[in-house]
Amino acid sequence: MKHIISILIENEAGALSRVAGLFSARGYNIESLTVAPTEDSTMSRMTIVTSGSDEVIEQIIKQLNKLVDVIKVLDLNDGKFIERELMLVKVKATAQYRDEMKRMCDIFRGRIIDVADGSFTIELTGSGSKLDAFIESLDNTAILETVRTGASGIGRGDRILKI
Amino acid sequence: MFRVQYYFLLIQGFMAISSKNAIVNPVSAQTHSDSLDASHKDASHKKTSHNEISGAEIVIRCLNEEKIKFVFGYPGGAVLHIYDEIYKQNGFKHILVRHEQAAVHAADAFSRATGEVGVALVTSGPGATNAITGIATAYMDSIPLVVISGQVPVPAIGLDAFQEVDMVGITRPCVKHNFLVKDVRDIAETMKKAFYIAATGRPGPVVVDIPKDITAHKTSFHYPKSVEMRSYNPVLKGHSGQIKKAIKLLLEAKRPMIYTGGGLVLGDGAPELVKLARTLGYPVTNTLMGLGGYPASDPQFVGMLGMHGTYEANMAMQNCDVLIAVGARFDDRVIGNPKHFLSQKRTIIHIDVDPSSISKRVKVDVPIVGHVQSVLAEMNEALLLETTGTAEKTKNDTKNDISAWWAQIGEWRKVHGGRYEMSDTVIKPQYVIEKLWEVTKGDAYVTSDVGQHQMWAAQYYKFDRPRRWINSGGLGTMGVGLPYAMGCQFADKNAQVACVTGEGSIQMNIQELSTCAQYGLPIKVILLNNRYLGMVRQWQEFFYENRYSESYMDSLPDFVKLAESYGHVGMQITKPSDVEGALKEAFSKKDKFVFMDFITEQSENVFPMVENGRGISEMILGDEKKSDEKKGAK
Repeated sequence: MKHIISILIENEAGALSRVAGLFSARGYNIESLTVAPTEDSTMSRMTIVTSGSDEVIEQIIKQLNKLVDVIKVLDLNDGKFIERELMLVKVKATAQYRDEMKRMCDIFRGRIIDVADGSFTIELTGSGSKLDAFIESLDNTAILETVRTGASGIGRGDRILKI
Repeated sequence: MFRVQYYFLLIQGFMAISSKNAIVNPVSAQTHSDSLDASHKDASHKKTSHNEISGAEIVIRCLNEEKIKFVFGYPGGAVLHIYDEIYKQNGFKHILVRHEQAAVHAADAFSRATGEVGVALVTSGPGATNAITGIATAYMDSIPLVVISGQVPVPAIGLDAFQEVDMVGITRPCVKHNFLVKDVRDIAETMKKAFYIAATGRPGPVVVDIPKDITAHKTSFHYPKSVEMRSYNPVLKGHSGQIKKAIKLLLEAKRPMIYTGGGLVLGDGAPELVKLARTLGYPVTNTLMGLGGYPASDPQFVGMLGMHGTYEANMAMQNCDVLIAVGARFDDRVIGNPKHFLSQKRTIIHIDVDPSSISKRVKVDVPIVGHVQSVLAEMNEALLLETTGTAEKTKNDTKNDISAWWAQIGEWRKVHGGRYEMSDTVIKPQYVIEKLWEVTKGDAYVTSDVGQHQMWAAQYYKFDRPRRWINSGGLGTMGVGLPYAMGCQFADKNAQVACVTGEGSIQMNIQELSTCAQYGLPIKVILLNNRYLGMVRQWQEFFYENRYSESYMDSLPDFVKLAESYGHVGMQITKPSDVEGALKEAFSKKDKFVFMDFITEQSENVFPMVENGRGISEMILGDEKKSDEKKGAK
């Protein structure tokens, strides 16, 4: 099953490689990993999308906690949470595609952020599955380039990951 | 002290001159900063005052603050400043090994023998990479070490400088934590953290990588008394509710089993465990790493378990109804095939300081995360309350229940019972270990390398005390034996130290014979020489139809002459009747290093044995071919 794990980690050189190294050394799967400093610049917040059986996820959480640089770990799937990912898609916008692309973009509540003679660049935010759905609904040959940030997640309401 | 102050004045005088000739081109200073005076130029950028000392001296002062007695190391370019400070101090003794791998192993053994943090010091590049096997060995067995490695100067990092290797990167998967210090002002705090992290929680090696220029820079020295890290808070006390639950389960058990590992030894929990086991009257087994955690001569001890464990230990482990695991991790060499192990229903209680060890290979019913010593002490208290509260009933009940289980274990004991065939003509390796145990009165530090001799030492030397059996259990590193013996001898200079080894393993760190000579270490090497890589040969016999691919040891040196060439005593023993006398003679030479080359049976196998991937109760008990002619069987 897919899990989204949030990590508070010391914002130090090499911290990311400790996490990435742990996943590769123990054969855990990473679907995506995002990291950036928090409002307190000594800490980074990382979101990892991974998958595995309950036992594997339990081990991942324990192994992450064991890393000396890791301050806190939260499996967002243990409660209610919000997941968001940003995607930029460059699509063909020649006469043949132009209207269709604008319409699709509106339907998915995306924004066209760059317009060129033959292409649009669309910015789209949402859960991973929404972004997948957008890609699927486009004509594959019309997609020139995609770039995704990977998911960021946060607990709903009172679920707060803070020290 | 006087000399040190004098040195300061000299340095400051030198700086005053060199700062006038300040470097015009900092880039050239960076790329050539390994040259003799570059560090002084670097340091000259900063104003120094009387109480400022160099990074190198700070490193030494930190080690002194930690009351380190021995530093095992090997000098080189990147650690020259540190070695210069070592020359001037006498807070600790530096032990010069002949290969960095041995430095780390010796520090590791010193820690295993004493419980203190071991310290090794190596230079950058090849010095650092040579240390890796030692670090990984310590990591797998959770041994607290601080390994200080030199690094190329900060401005040269990443430029493929001479003797540069990314030590922090290369050690990341085999350390508990590591640091690259990039500012002289961080050395003291980093060292404090390193010692704190190495020794607390589940212990492990910590690497501190220090660039050369940082050891020349100056700052004031302040060693923190304690250190707090928001991201590192090892659990100490076990959960009281879980402990109560465990006690209840233990008292209701019909077929209980106590299974302890290296964690019990490292956590100094052995006395508490002995108390618990004796109060309960339950059978105890130790893992390879846990030997000595419970006295082997005690009737409640059923021997080591696992791949080459006793029949009774493995059968009891498989058939128990309540299992308490203490500082053990259900390793593949211990429980065999986990599916087979789980085919029998039992309730498992698991005490471990590392939460990630719990339910990793086997699902546990009652996890207790905490320091083994404190958890066991709390259990002993709770047990006392419980048994005195309902005194008569509980005591009688458990006694009754257990007698049937003990009777069953007694039956299992008869099945194999550690038998081996004795011979009048050729030395049996098991016999050598039995005699070693007798001659040393069971009280030696026994280090081993890895292979058949390791298993025989574990099976036939009866360890009654923890921290006496020193071997590489997790990584299985050939070549640890001799440096381990060095570490033990430094830990206890009057102790009997025996290194049980094979002719394959001993050659993997044979150069340390020189170190032993330099420091006059009276180690006794017990070489069980069967002219084969014995364990490899055994597997090839069992699983590869006797195709002994590259497992024969050809062109062996004359070990007697080799030992003598270093000034040691060499002995070769070829007859069984000479074994005991030779051992007595060797151990009577209290101030001599004695290398004993026992020419043993070539094709002896280690039994009992659980084949890889089998269940632990599916044991091979002996060689079928040979079992017919068991005249001299013991």
